[in-house]
Amino acid sequence: MHNVAFVMKRELGSYFNSVVAYIVVILFLMITGALFWLSFFQEINVLSLRSFFDQAPLFLAFFAPAITMGLFATEKRSGTLELLMTMPISNFQIVLGKFLASVVLLAVVLLMTLPYAVTLSRLGPLDWGSVWAGYIGLLLLGSSYCAIGIMASSWTRDQVVAILLAFSICFFLYLVNQLVGQPTGTMARVVEYMSTSYHFQNIARGVVDTRDVFYYFSLIGVSLVVATTSIGARRW
Amino acid sequence: MVTEDAKAEPAAHSIVVDGLSKTYGAVQALNNISFRIKPGEIVGFLGPNGAGKTTTMKILTCFMSASAGEAQVAGFDVRNDSEAVRKKIGYLPENVPLYDDMIVYDYLRFIAEVRGVARNKRDERIQAVAALTGLQKVMSRTIFELSKGYRQRVGLAQAIIHEPDVIILDEPTTGLDPNQIIEIRDVIKTIGREKTVIFSTHILQEVTAVCDRIIIINNGEIVADGTLSSLEARAQSLEKGLIVAFEARRAAAALKSVLQGLTGVTRVVELAGRGSEQVFRVEASDESALRKALFEEEAKGQHGLRSVRHNEPTLEDIFRSFTGGATQESGATLEPAARAERPAEVEETPEEEKKEEKKEEKKEVSNA
Repeated sequence: MHNVAFVMKRELGSYFNSVVAYIVVILFLMITGALFWLSFFQEINVLSLRSFFDQAPLFLAFFAPAITMGLFATEKRSGTLELLMTMPISNFQIVLGKFLASVVLLAVVLLMTLPYAVTLSRLGPLDWGSVWAGYIGLLLLGSSYCAIGIMASSWTRDQVVAILLAFSICFFLYLVNQLVGQPTGTMARVVEYMSTSYHFQNIARGVVDTRDVFYYFSLIGVSLVVATTSIGARRW
Repeated sequence: MVTEDAKAEPAAHSIVVDGLSKTYGAVQALNNISFRIKPGEIVGFLGPNGAGKTTTMKILTCFMSASAGEAQVAGFDVRNDSEAVRKKIGYLPENVPLYDDMIVYDYLRFIAEVRGVARNKRDERIQAVAALTGLQKVMSRTIFELSKGYRQRVGLAQAIIHEPDVIILDEPTTGLDPNQIIEIRDVIKTIGREKTVIFSTHILQEVTAVCDRIIIINNGEIVADGTLSSLEARAQSLEKGLIVAFEARRAAAALKSVLQGLTGVTRVVELAGRGSEQVFRVEASDESALRKALFEEEAKGQHGLRSVRHNEPTLEDIFRSFTGGATQESGATLEPAARAERPAEVEETPEEEKKEEKKEEKKEVSNA
């Protein structure tokens, strides 16, 4: 467990030392902020963060791959992963440490959007229950995307390949239920269950259901296990 | 198969490699190599590029699995006790991979943490390795800014910070300038006083400067294993005879026939001469008789004899004679006749007595 913390600490240190992380964070805040406040003034009669929670998942599909693309790809390219893997630390500890670091960065960014909610609550009564549910949903969704980003990063030495793969997977999972139209029949139910946006909408409605939470945890679990096996593929 | 032995007496050998093979697809990188290294030995792993040095090291550090065979480090099997092995080793991979965006101090601290140095000893160990490798001045610099020499020192520092029993260094001096090379060698020697060190190189002088023992590997096979002097003796037995140099006044063929006509000469090989010299290696049943005959012949014929010396193989010769001239890195050329007759693999024979003789002989015979 200590090892996970050491790896996480190191990754967080390099996040806050690198320009890339700041650019990605600022971009995310600017885009979601701008879109939220623009639509806010058009429907000022409704006091909710609805439009923010509608748009944020799509931007997370860019954001999470961008902050995770280098986690393994650069270490593979520079050879530091080889050194790390010859230390008394398990592959899963390495993967988990990196994953937690990206989740902490995600959480920090989401915290930075809290002023939107605070501003709204000054204007009138705000349903804080649905706001917190929305944030929990975003955190779960974003964490799943981070896990997918880490998995993609573990497959390649090239950051660009990693971000493109991760983005494709995240975007596909986000849109898959809309590709099939109105869900009817078993196949459509399966497709709906696969979709990250379907589960996010359930949570954002204000109901944090264990089924939706379970979905995100399994997505995270599968991605991290795949990442662990893929970095260990050169060992045994 | 060796597991039981190792458990019974863990200190007998630091590294045991038994019949190790590794294939990458169709390429055989290692072919059934075996060696043992005692605690406290400094072993140089020598061989041309692509010979299998790095592969062996990657297997010993548990980064890669062997296709066949067994390896043990500090008494633990690399396959079954990977984590125990990884606790016992310090490793510096080729090209010194470091986290470029980190400050040297933070980097060493991270390594100390992951390597399991106790919390209250971390600072002390960081200071100790910084002093040993000469890093004190750059502790607060970003690794990215460091010169190649300092990067290498950081690499060495991370390999020894947890006081491992076995230190594995893959080409630790490549790309450094001569002063830096000497500094790094001194560090390796200092470490090697207490620890087992195995390092690879293709710089030949390195092994004389640092090593107790040399393992020469070529095409995935061990072609020689022993102390420097025993390898010298063995290389000498492959290229025996006197090296005779003449001023290039006469045609080589004429000189060669003169040499062949001397009493007791069994073989004359023309070597690549330098500038205005013609050089031959002359093998004879009795070298002192040959010497005498040579000087008598010179007095009669005025062939322009410049020097006669006993053939003392240089490191390059040793290297080439064991690797069959496979490398382009040693500049000297090798005469084709001699190359052809060299055995592909040299069998292990006790060379101790021979070595003693040869050494004395060398001292007597060397001739300015």
